[in-house]
Amino acid sequence: MSPAWTIVVVVGAATVALKAAGPLLLGSHRLPAGVLDATRLLAPALLAALVITQAVAGPDGLAVDERSLGLAAAVVALLLRAPMLVVIVAAAATTALARLIL
Amino acid sequence: MSTMPQTPVGPIRDERSGAEQRASLWAGVLAAVPLAVAFAGFGVAFGSLARTAGIGPVAAVVLSATAFAGSAQFAAVSVLGAGGSVAAAVAAAVLLNARYGPIGLSVAPVLGGPWWRRLVVGQLVVDESWAIANRGNGSFDRARLIGAGAVLYLAWVTSTAVGALGASVLADPRALGLDAAFPALFLALLWPQLRERRAAAVAALGAGIALVTLSFAPPGVPIVAAAAACLLGVRR
Repeated sequence: MSPAWTIVVVVGAATVALKAAGPLLLGSHRLPAGVLDATRLLAPALLAALVITQAVAGPDGLAVDERSLGLAAAVVALLLRAPMLVVIVAAAATTALARLIL
Repeated sequence: MSTMPQTPVGPIRDERSGAEQRASLWAGVLAAVPLAVAFAGFGVAFGSLARTAGIGPVAAVVLSATAFAGSAQFAAVSVLGAGGSVAAAVAAAVLLNARYGPIGLSVAPVLGGPWWRRLVVGQLVVDESWAIANRGNGSFDRARLIGAGAVLYLAWVTSTAVGALGASVLADPRALGLDAAFPALFLALLWPQLRERRAAAVAALGAGIALVTLSFAPPGVPIVAAAAACLLGVRR
């Protein structure tokens, strides 16, 4: 198998298995209270980490660039109680504008 | 200490009427549409990048259809394109997708039905569809997950094919600021949860762990390490 296909097959199979493990193994069994509590707190922990890695992570670690301005625009939109679509468009438009000008 | 509402335990059946579930499905579709535009931009870019890294169109589309996770796919292809080993490319991608273990566990209680249906719906889980389906109390809306996941899946796989078949990239997704759409989405979904003290503390801890680890750990590790923050918030 070529290197390309090896990567495709291994990464594809591993991801399908990772995504399927919880739903298949757990089925509709009930989760223990501690695990349930942890999965509930998984959302804020993971969402916060995704904000950081998507906004300020670059190929060589920390990278503060135009995306940070976009995120700042998103914060302003959220403080103004804007709907989600406006928040997302504000971030993208601000970043695009900054890249055009700076 | 906390006033967080109790999550129902055990098999959570969706007791709502068909009409209500269809409404949820559509809500998921509508929430995903702006992101589908961003997915499509990056899907075309991924397809083109795969081509330059020596991954053929069929292999690129198969990868998008099975891995369905942009960051891991970009990581694998860029490691390969930069002359890295197959093992390094696989390790980077699997590490980036390791979060789908706990994420799958978190949605499992609402995915009823026979095993094959749970398997299929489980594959529609990607950060964005998972976040859109999150009710904010630890529970998930299956219909919203399916609506959002299906839209994003179609956008991702078809745009990969377009890019892999050699359509010159119409516009650089970065020039359109589309890469900034993702952190904005995640922040918007996190925002209402910050009102609850324990969730806010865990979010701050997760962000801190990600910020510190991303300067030295390989991609993927910061997210997995930050996910562990949820364990520290569990009441004993």
